Amino acid sequence: MNSTLIEKHVTPISSNWPTWFAAEQKTALTDYEQSPTPTRRHESWRFANLKPLDLSAFVDAQPVSSEGRLINASSGLGEFSAKMVFGNNALLHRSAQSLPDGVIFESLESAAANHAELFRKYFMARPTDLGSSKFTALHKARVSTGVFLYVPANTTVTLPIEIFHWAEGNNASIFPHTLLICGENSSVTVMDYFKSADKLTALACGVNDLHLEKGSRLTYIAVQDWSSTTTAFHINSTNVDANAKCTALIANFGGGFVRGESLSRLIGEGSRSEMYSINPVEGTREIDQRTLQDHIAPHATSDLLYLNALDDRSRTIFAGLIKVEPGAQGTDAYQKVRNLILSDDADPNSMPGLEILNDEVRCSHGATNGPVSEDELFYMQARGIDRDKARRLVVNGFFNSLLERIEDAAVRTHLSGLLAKRLSVD
Amino acid sequence: MSLNIQNLHANIGEREILKGLNLEIPKGQIHAIMGKNGSGKSTLAKVMAGHPDYEVTAGEVTLDGLNLFEMAEPDERARAGLFVAFQYPMEIPGVTIANFIRAALQARLPKGEELDAVEYYELLYKKMELLKIPRNFTSRAVNEGFSGGEKKRCEVLQMAMLNPVYCVLDETDSGLDIDALKIVSEGVNAMRSPERGMLVITHYQRLLDYIVPDVVHVMVDGRIVLSGDKSLALKLEANGYDWVEKEALQQA
Ligand SMILES: Nc1ncnc2c1ncn2[C@@H]1O[C@H](COP(=O)(O)OP(=O)(O)O)[C@@H](O)[C@H]1O
Ligand SMILES: [Mg+2]
Repeated sequence: MNSTLIEKHVTPISSNWPTWFAAEQKTALTDYEQSPTPTRRHESWRFANLKPLDLSAFVDAQPVSSEGRLINASSGLGEFSAKMVFGNNALLHRSAQSLPDGVIFESLESAAANHAELFRKYFMARPTDLGSSKFTALHKARVSTGVFLYVPANTTVTLPIEIFHWAEGNNASIFPHTLLICGENSSVTVMDYFKSADKLTALACGVNDLHLEKGSRLTYIAVQDWSSTTTAFHINSTNVDANAKCTALIANFGGGFVRGESLSRLIGEGSRSEMYSINPVEGTREIDQRTLQDHIAPHATSDLLYLNALDDRSRTIFAGLIKVEPGAQGTDAYQKVRNLILSDDADPNSMPGLEILNDEVRCSHGATNGPVSEDELFYMQARGIDRDKARRLVVNGFFNSLLERIEDAAVRTHLSGLLAKRLSVD
Repeated sequence: MSLNIQNLHANIGEREILKGLNLEIPKGQIHAIMGKNGSGKSTLAKVMAGHPDYEVTAGEVTLDGLNLFEMAEPDERARAGLFVAFQYPMEIPGVTIANFIRAALQARLPKGEELDAVEYYELLYKKMELLKIPRNFTSRAVNEGFSGGEKKRCEVLQMAMLNPVYCVLDETDSGLDIDALKIVSEGVNAMRSPERGMLVITHYQRLLDYIVPDVVHVMVDGRIVLSGDKSLALKLEANGYDWVEKEALQQA
C-alpha cells in the first residue's frame, strides 16, 4: 500500500543512519508540518503559482522496477572519475575509477556514520532561506540517501564526477541530496543529473550544498530533466571562502513546476561565485527561481546570468538580490536575466534587486525581454533552413553562448550536445 | 533557362524603390550590376531572397521558369536554388558556422535522410582551404565578431557549400583588401559553370577585373538604364555615373 508523503509512521530511514540523525529528522518533520504553506503575500512567492505546493497526492517512492535499466541509462561523459546512481531514494550503483587518495565519495548515510564530524559541520549547515524553508524541512525529514563528496586539501580530481538521480512511478516523491566539500586549494568538477524513468508525475525535493574552502575550485553542473509534469524543488546553498571559485550551472530542461533557490555566500576575501542557469520552457511549464548573492567578505566577485527561452504559455519567475554587507568593500557583483520570448502568451517575470551597505562597490543588475530577431530568422531561411528549425537554432545559440563560459572542453561539448538534443537541433 | 526579372516594382513602407526593373541572366553567364549608393541594388537582392520588410507591388521573377514569388518563405526560394550573398550578413550568436551550414545542407535532403558527417567536414575543409579561411572558424558563431572581410568570405563559403543554381552577390568585394579580393574572386570563379548563373552587384569596377562579367548593367533609381559588355564598367569608372543618368533621361 502506498502511504502519503508526510504520514508519521513512514520511516524510510534504514538502520544505516546514526540515531541522532533520526531525531533530527523527527524535528524536521514537525517543522514542515508547522510551517505555513506560502501565499503570494510572501515577498518570496510573488507571482508564483501556488497550486503545485499542495503535495497531498504524492506518495512514498517504491523501489525501482529495474535497477539494471537505470544504471545502464546513467551515462553522461565518456570519461569520468567516479559515479553514483540513485533511484527512488536508494543508492543503486557506485563506482570510483580514478579518485585520488583521501577523497571521500560515499553515500550520505555512510558519511554520517563514518565521518560524523565533517557531516555535522556541513550537512544543511547554511540554510538558503529564500522562501522554501518549509520544503527544506520536508527534505531533511525524508532524505534517505545522497552524495557526500569531500576532496581533501591540495587535491585535484582531474576527470568529472557524475551523479544520477532517478524518479520512477506515479506520484513518487524523491529527495535527492548532494553535499560537496572542497578542501583548501582542491579542484573538482561534478555533474548532477536529475532524470525521470518514465513520463509520470513525481515530486522531487532536492538540496545541494557546495562548500569551497580557501583557494579551491569547483565546477558544479546540474542537468534537471524531470518529466514535464513533475513538481520539483531544488534548493542550493553555496559557500565560497577566500580566493576560491565556484562555477555553478543549472540547466532546467524538464519539470512542470520547478522552484529553484540559490544562495551564494561569499565568505572569504577574493572569492568568486558564478551562477548560471539555462531554462528552455514551453507548454504550461513554470520555472520559478530565487537567488541571493550575499557578499560578506571584501573584494569578492559574483556573476549571475540566467537565460530563459519561453514558448507557448510557459512562465518564468526570476527574483534575485545582490546583498553587499557592510564589510564587503571592493565587491564586484553582476546579475542579469535575459528572457527570449517565443510566444505572445509566454509570461516572463523578472525582479532583479540590489541592497548595498558599503559604498566601495561595483554592482550591476538588469533584466531584458526580447523576441527572436526577425533578421536572424530571415538570414537562416535565406540559406534554406525552415522557419521553425531556424527558431530552434537561434534558441540553441542563445543558450550556447552561456555554455561557452564552462572551461572544461569535454564538459562543454557534452552539455552542448544535451542542449541540442533537448531543442531537437542535433 | 535563366533567372528572369520582369517589370519588378517593390516598396519599403510607402516608398517605391524598385521601379520596373528588367533583367535576364541566362544560365552559364555572369552579369554585373553597377550603380550609385541608394540606387536600389541591395533592395533587389533582398526582394529576391524574400526579406519581409519589402513589398513587391508588380512584376515577377522566375528561376528557370519557376515563379519565385509563389514561394512565400525565403527558405523555399533558397532550396529552389537561389543564393544571395548579403552586403551586410547577419550575426547569429551561439550558432557555429559548422552547425549552420550543416543545417542548411540537411534542409535540402529528403525527410529521414541524414547528412554524412565525415563527408560533410571533408567538403567544408576543402572549401575553407580554397577561401583561405582558418579551420578554427568552424566553431565560431556565424559572423559574430567577424571583420567585414571575414563576413564576406563566410558568405562565399556558404555559397560554395550549398551549390546554388543562381547566385546574387551583393557588394561581396566591399571590406576586402586586394589579397582577400583575389581569394574571394577565385572562389567565385571556381563556381563558374554552364549550370549556374551569377549576378554580381558592386559599385567598384575593381572587382570586375577579377570576376569578368559577360554583361554589365547600370542601375539608376530602381531601374536598369543601360547594359553593355565589360568595357562599360571601365567607362563608368573613368567618367562617373552622371552621363548615364543624362542619357537615361534623354531616352525616357
Ligand atoms: N529599411 C529601409 N527603410 C527605409 N528606406 C530604406 C531601407 N532600406 C533601404 N532604404 C532606402 O532604399 C533606397 C535603396 O537602398 P539600397 O537598395 O540599399 O541601395 P544600394 O544597395 O544601391 O546602395 C535608399 O534610398 C535607401 O535609403
Ligand atoms: Mg547596397
